[in-house]
Amino acid sequence: MTDILIGLLIALIKGVGLVFVIILPMVSYTVYAERRVSAMIQDRVGPNRVWIFGLGQPIADAVKLLLKEDFTPANVNKFYYWLAPACAMAPSLMALAVIPFGSSLLGQPMVVANVDIGVLWVFAVSSLGVYGIVLAGWSSNSKYPFLGGIRSSSQMISYELSLGLSVIPIFLICGTLNLPNIVQYQIENGWLISPIWLKGISLTGINFSLLASSIFSGHALFKLLLWVPLFISFVVFMVSMFAETNRLPFDLPEAETELVGGYHTEYSSMKFALFFLGEYAAMITGCAVMVTLFFGAWHLPFFPTDPQQLPPLLGFLLGLFHIAVFFAKVAVLLFIFIWVRWTFPRFRYDQLMRLGWYFFFEIALANILLAALILAFEPK
Amino acid sequence: MAYTVARPKLSLGERLYFPAVFAGMKITLKHFLAMLTGKTKVTMQYPEQKWDTHLPEHYRGAPTLVTDEHGRERCVACQLCEFICPPRAITIKPGEIPEGDRWRKVEKFPKEFEIDMVRCIYCGLCEEVCPEQAIFLRKDYAITGLSRAEMVHKKDRLYELGGVMTGLVFKWNEKK
Repeated sequence: MTDILIGLLIALIKGVGLVFVIILPMVSYTVYAERRVSAMIQDRVGPNRVWIFGLGQPIADAVKLLLKEDFTPANVNKFYYWLAPACAMAPSLMALAVIPFGSSLLGQPMVVANVDIGVLWVFAVSSLGVYGIVLAGWSSNSKYPFLGGIRSSSQMISYELSLGLSVIPIFLICGTLNLPNIVQYQIENGWLISPIWLKGISLTGINFSLLASSIFSGHALFKLLLWVPLFISFVVFMVSMFAETNRLPFDLPEAETELVGGYHTEYSSMKFALFFLGEYAAMITGCAVMVTLFFGAWHLPFFPTDPQQLPPLLGFLLGLFHIAVFFAKVAVLLFIFIWVRWTFPRFRYDQLMRLGWYFFFEIALANILLAALILAFEPK
Repeated sequence: MAYTVARPKLSLGERLYFPAVFAGMKITLKHFLAMLTGKTKVTMQYPEQKWDTHLPEHYRGAPTLVTDEHGRERCVACQLCEFICPPRAITIKPGEIPEGDRWRKVEKFPKEFEIDMVRCIYCGLCEEVCPEQAIFLRKDYAITGLSRAEMVHKKDRLYELGGVMTGLVFKWNEKK
């Protein structure tokens, strides 16, 4: 009984710590980064007034959003109108529960829930995010939000297919759905974005016999072939993630030039902020999944991977370092998200659907077959 | 009559979409890096840097009243500016110059002179219409206030902004 309680307490501390210490500040600074990067891409300066480099801007924004009038229009369906913002924010935070965001700290593995259905949980929960948007669009009782909600539901359902299918090659290769195990596989065999890791090179020196065997064995050369389906996987996954998080070039649900503000047109104050933050939290979750699946999560080559083998203080520092590595990788991907957003124009609705159903769906399916064929002929 | 616009024939590279994706991203990255390394010239950082010293002589800022070199007010309260003002920002209450005053011939002076800077559109018609060259648009452009009442410039504020303007004015001329 006490074991269960202690386990619950530890999970709670990890979850709350992850969300409130790392994710929420990261969300607000992603908004800041978005504004600064977009400004720089467009040869502007961006918010630079509040504190040095404008780093206090997210705090000022938060205060502004909290102090604004929280207006509920008369003709909305109140229950769903109030429910929708929470539905938009919660799933993306929930999906983070299974992400291994660090090796271990004080002997505790840095993943809130080490479950065997890791990736399934991510997809199941993050697809709930569409309810926030659909409910907001429908309950607002207004035309633009309604159009935004419709667009969003069809878009997210379409792209979830290719999103889910695109990662199946990874599970074929790793043989597990458990995210920490996938990370372990990547530590041993190289990140899945380029699954050829020359074994035998480490900080302490080069083990030549291991290195030679890893280069010249047929097994390693065969791994090279796996690069093809994994790279296709990555591209399909990334593009689907753009669509899934409603980012440009797939931001049709909110398309401010067409739909005023899309599904959150009728929202104000903190309810609007929840949609806004939910969108960025979904982005961070998406990037975290991508980092976990393709970029080796918290693993950095040439650095020790197990803090428990080191003396306590060093181990603790290494644990923190691994968490930093993970979120640094996430930050790089977030930068790419922002960069893409300020480069491309929006897709037309039919183009979006065509791309989803005619191309990415088929590519993802063919890719599974390709990966399976390669694995079937893998030398034992 | 409807006519068909010929669609351009796209090459395979163009139809694949990806080359264009990377070309676009290269352009935006170039702009980003140019800004990051400080190569891009950006706009003036307004409250710290100002363009005030470069303002041209004909700059149309806030309308003000001016006195001459003897400290005498030029306005004769003829109300032409009040009548011509398109947004009706100017309100004048004329007063009479009493019998026996040295400048009795001027007849009127503004008892109250108000310009509502919330309404003012900085068009300069008041300056143009003034027969006595009493009202000028000066170079103040940052007119702010916390209330509407604060935004109404009273006579003393107008003179404070306007300062002294020398030159020919008809009303102080005995012969005119």
